[in-house]
Amino acid sequence: MSVLKLLGQRIALGIFSLFAVSVIVFLAVGMLPGDIAEAMLGQSATPETVAALRTQLGMDQMPLQRFISWFGQLLQGDLGVSLANQRPIADLISTRLGNTLLLAAFAAIVSVPIALTLGILTALYRNSWFDRVMNTMALSSVSFPEFFVAYLLILLFSIKLDWLPSMSNISPDSSISEILVSSILPVITLSLVVIAQMMRMTRAALINLLASPYIEMARLKGIRPARIIFHHALPNALAPIVNVVALNLAYLVVGVVVVEVVFVYPGLGQLLVDSVAKRDIPVVQVCCLIFAMTYISLNTLADVLAIASNPRLMHPRG
Amino acid sequence: MKKCLRCLCQAPLSAKIGILLIISYSFVAIFAPWLAPYGETEVVGDGYAAWSPEFWLGTDNLGRDVLSRLIYGARNTISIAFVTTILAFVVGGLAGLMAAIKGGWIDQGLSRVVDILMAIPQLIFALLILSVVGTNAVSLILVIALLDATRVFRLSRAVAMNVVVQDFVEAARLRGEGLVWLIWREVLPNTLPPLVAEFGLRFCFVFLFISALSFLGLGIQPPTADWGSMVRENAVMISFGDFTPLLPAMAVALLTIGVNFVVDWVLHKTSGLKG
Repeated sequence: MSVLKLLGQRIALGIFSLFAVSVIVFLAVGMLPGDIAEAMLGQSATPETVAALRTQLGMDQMPLQRFISWFGQLLQGDLGVSLANQRPIADLISTRLGNTLLLAAFAAIVSVPIALTLGILTALYRNSWFDRVMNTMALSSVSFPEFFVAYLLILLFSIKLDWLPSMSNISPDSSISEILVSSILPVITLSLVVIAQMMRMTRAALINLLASPYIEMARLKGIRPARIIFHHALPNALAPIVNVVALNLAYLVVGVVVVEVVFVYPGLGQLLVDSVAKRDIPVVQVCCLIFAMTYISLNTLADVLAIASNPRLMHPRG
Repeated sequence: MKKCLRCLCQAPLSAKIGILLIISYSFVAIFAPWLAPYGETEVVGDGYAAWSPEFWLGTDNLGRDVLSRLIYGARNTISIAFVTTILAFVVGGLAGLMAAIKGGWIDQGLSRVVDILMAIPQLIFALLILSVVGTNAVSLILVIALLDATRVFRLSRAVAMNVVVQDFVEAARLRGEGLVWLIWREVLPNTLPPLVAEFGLRFCFVFLFISALSFLGLGIQPPTADWGSMVRENAVMISFGDFTPLLPAMAVALLTIGVNFVVDWVLHKTSGLKG
């Protein structure tokens, strides 16, 4: 099968997933038992307010019609209005989305090089004491709840040592240096978990490869281990490693939710959690869609890169 | 039995620690009412009391004994995570085995549904559904079990695919055995080892997930003692340099590490992977 056809299929699947997700996000609200307007307003609601909310949510229309108009508005960039404070959702999320992406990007820049280096080193010196220590540490940090790591860092660096702020007070007019300083602790928290996973996956991918016959051959010829890694193994390991990185970036985007809440970081994750607690469903829908879109895009990108960088697929036989 | 014991003695230190941790957590969870000095929601003193002989770990924001809540929390948090994992395995595992045995449109249909469900990040999906149905223990268990069942489905289907093509399954089919027999007597026993390891990993994942949701205030609701929400309720104390609010989070971390160590060892033994 040609590369282009595979790529086309994967991208089509990605787009289909996006569409399916928006249908699910829409249906999750519409399909549930009971009346959503009544559930949102609670016991004390009068019939008039329930009816008004139903009209505002468009519950008096047919589901299919409702979906088409909702989806059409989304495509045109009209995200709707928050139920809690009647503000346009686009205004609510615009700065927060930027903050969240900044946090995720910052964490990615820190974690990817460290994780890849550690992964390669542990694969190279596998079963040594260094490998064992790194593995135990990685296994432990995957096991820690994120809020535990976050509060430990706060306790150590902002309360005992008083070096860094425990809360990320970021306003639109704070300077770059302020933003950087206040996002150091959230970035460390996010990075720790992602580094551990990325390192383990890189190590596993490389070790898998190092067991193959052509590496054995290189070793028997007496080539230095470092040269085997960089010249023989790494080019072929690129696909799985790129895949690992993209998958973990996808994880990162979702992982920000808890970290943002701990550090009171004004991002999309915090807005989502607040809106779930307030049952502000239009905002929840938009936030979920944005997170899901980023996640699906990164996953699709991971597969596309894996297909594109696979030497065997680039040179099909016959 | 003897073989099992010898196997245990030869286990690496990390696995032994893991087993010890799991056993002691289960003990605390089962015997919580006898171990806890005070009641789960009993207000016994002033809020935020320091550690003392009377209250070993002090009291929380409402003046409840932290040690007692920690012990009851073991019971609540672990049991909810355990029930959720079992439910996920029953639903996902059975669906996976059935898809592998039946094949055809049942397999295709289930696999596509799972593909789509897995395309959405789990936390986001859970938040979406919890925002609509509201947060209570039952909907929490159902939502997380459904989401985790998709992962179990993938694994059990993949493992069972290698088994259903073997001759003894074909023989059973030709004998005219039903679906239940095929699953229970032919396929399940041969797919058990990877599923057991996955059970441990899933449990860790569910356990961390529920703790995170409770920490966000969207999981197990107060006044039930639960490790995630205990951290949230008492987080203020951290800014006074007090470590006590982090004890529940440490309890979560320790159990997860223990289970992970054991699973690592089991995987190592059953797959024969070196390295």
